[in-house]
Amino acid sequence: MSAQPDLLYSEEEEALRAAVRDLLADHCDAPGVIARTESGAPHDRAAWKALADGMGLAGLLVPESLGGQGATHREAAVVLEELGRAVAPVPYLTSAVVATEALLAFPHSRLRSSGGTPIADELLGELASGRRIGALAVALNVAPGGAYKAVRHEGGALRGEVTGVADAGAADVLLVPADDGGLYAVDATAATVTPQVSLDLTRPLATVTLDGATGHLLGDAEPAVRRALRAGAGLLASEQSGLAEWTLTETVRYLKERKQFNRPVGGFQALKHRLAQLWLEVVNLRAAARNAADALSTGEDADVAVAVAQAFAAPVAVHAAEEALQLHGGIGMTWEHPVHLYLKRAKADSIAYGTAGAHREALAALVDLQAP
Amino acid sequence: MSSAEELRRRTRELLAALPPASTDRLDFLRARFDAGLAWVHYPEGLGGLGAPRSLQAVVDAELEAAGAPDNDSRRNGIGLGMAAPTILKYGTEEQKRRFLRPLWTGEEVWCQLFSEPGAGSDLAALGTRAVRQDDGDWVVNGQKVWTSGAHNSRWAILIARTDPDVPKHAGITYFVCDMTDPGVEVRPLRQITGEAEFNEVFLTDVRIPDSRRLGEIGDGWRVAQTTLNNERVAIGGMRLPREGGMIGPAARTWRERPELRTHDLHQRLLKLWVESEVARLTAERLRQQLVAGQPGPEGAGMKLAFARLNQEISGLEVELLGEEGLSYDDWTMRRPELVDFTGREAGYRYLRSKGNSIEGGTTEVLLNIVAERVLGLPAEPRTDKDVAWKDLTR
Repeated sequence: MSAQPDLLYSEEEEALRAAVRDLLADHCDAPGVIARTESGAPHDRAAWKALADGMGLAGLLVPESLGGQGATHREAAVVLEELGRAVAPVPYLTSAVVATEALLAFPHSRLRSSGGTPIADELLGELASGRRIGALAVALNVAPGGAYKAVRHEGGALRGEVTGVADAGAADVLLVPADDGGLYAVDATAATVTPQVSLDLTRPLATVTLDGATGHLLGDAEPAVRRALRAGAGLLASEQSGLAEWTLTETVRYLKERKQFNRPVGGFQALKHRLAQLWLEVVNLRAAARNAADALSTGEDADVAVAVAQAFAAPVAVHAAEEALQLHGGIGMTWEHPVHLYLKRAKADSIAYGTAGAHREALAALVDLQAP
Repeated sequence: MSSAEELRRRTRELLAALPPASTDRLDFLRARFDAGLAWVHYPEGLGGLGAPRSLQAVVDAELEAAGAPDNDSRRNGIGLGMAAPTILKYGTEEQKRRFLRPLWTGEEVWCQLFSEPGAGSDLAALGTRAVRQDDGDWVVNGQKVWTSGAHNSRWAILIARTDPDVPKHAGITYFVCDMTDPGVEVRPLRQITGEAEFNEVFLTDVRIPDSRRLGEIGDGWRVAQTTLNNERVAIGGMRLPREGGMIGPAARTWRERPELRTHDLHQRLLKLWVESEVARLTAERLRQQLVAGQPGPEGAGMKLAFARLNQEISGLEVELLGEEGLSYDDWTMRRPELVDFTGREAGYRYLRSKGNSIEGGTTEVLLNIVAERVLGLPAEPRTDKDVAWKDLTR
């Protein structure tokens, strides 16, 4: 808490935002995203390739020496704001943030693959380039520091099932905690990945089943999982911020156009006040999310900043999406209109990486406001 | 003339010429004003040096380190925050020279005669009349309300109706009113807290020379916007540490009094703690935007956020106190010079903060402002725009 966090966006960050927004305008228009949710390929591979391969954004958190961009959580947060605004079905948060952070917990991995590079470093390079996609095999609802399921490690082989793993269906490599306390890198082809019918159609879940698969031991799971989930929770707030901004902007736009009783609906004070309240929540969320991203990048006050952001973000994003639906009236209930994608994402996000209540509980200890 | 080094040099010269330890407080303040170190962004000769506002901190730090007296700005918040910028922008040279120096030093305290019993949110409907006399002076009759500090003030900024035959915004003129005029009667207005921070001010045949008019006749509404915009800047520009606001005392009580804790209160306290911290970050972000020269519209929202938080937190605190929450520290009628939110008990904070969503623009009006000016939603239908003030419904 010594230095003031930088809560603004730099010129470079704004340029990055503009580039990502352009890219998503080309790839992830609403009808396309809706159509994709019911196709056999829920993830948008072309958009992912453009983001990862074309712009190098999957490697923002990875040091340049390992093939990444050597940027910080601040830039990754800007990318996530835009991905949230578009509810883009790409595994950015899960692979480029969460799986990447888990691997970054092993800077001096002693196990080497055939090429002689430490295996975590090798995987980081692959994830950074977007050549491979990673997923942490921990259920999406688990909060930083929360209990997670470990598979059995028996005689050199992994056995067990993990449900609720986000974007596992797109993953090439799974990072699997086992009951010996280790985190293992398992090739997705060695596992059975079964899609689940997910509330959030744009970040689908899958069940990972291991039946004697072998994996590379990376090191201790607990600190790596905690670190990964903390970064995931903190940067999720930026995605929620982008999502909430889209719902507000789109609802305001629509209510200026939509006419009933011979006037634009947006001129009715009851609705104006609701939108103004929502604007205030969205503006507050932006500051909280920016603070979390900055704290993750400096390491200063990060536990509190992440818990504050997540305790605040989930109710705001859900409220924004729910208001958007209600204020759109009947059109908002249709499958054709994209607002349902935002509602489903917002509601799923309110559980992802810990509920607001779980983060408040964490804060109680962090800021000494103990329970009775 | 605007470098930090130059300002530091000038400040040290002032300190050398008038060592604070051996100089009369008022003499020092007057000399500081004359040296252009009072508010460096004001013009030369009017307490400033035409320097960037951000460099004031350089001067203040030097003076504070030397133990120099300050002008106790809290005692004259309306003068410094609202009257001064308005006088600077619209005053004549003579008015600026007469008023700004004693205003800044605190020798002359100012109050604001804007709100009326019949003109609250709809301030432009105000009915206090100023009638031009044959000799050019004005005679003012009417009633103002919610005037803080009226009983200590030497001068007031006043808006009054000078033309009832044109639509309400067009017939207002802005004046400086002498609070020692025999026609000015100040009566304390007791509030729900028991004390009287504010006053009612009755104006009966108060004579104001035309030389104390600020701006053109009929242009008072525009002049008043400068005053009111500065009020909102003052409210939105705070910089708080974590737990620096109303949440501070509530969190302290929680920590110090474990026997009062319940699960329900715990959940509510944590939620409000989070919201307070986020509001603080939002205010800090706004401040950073201003410093970076990219002012955002967020300022309009900060007052809304803090009003609600102050009310909810103080309400929670009273409940947390249980049996003690049934008591109140003191209902004695007083006329405090300063409002102190944290110097009194939770019950006082609970009652006083009820005013936070009314004073300086009600929450309902501010929500309209956000909806219309920030979000661009259609304005409220206006039935008063082209109607002469005298024909408005009352």
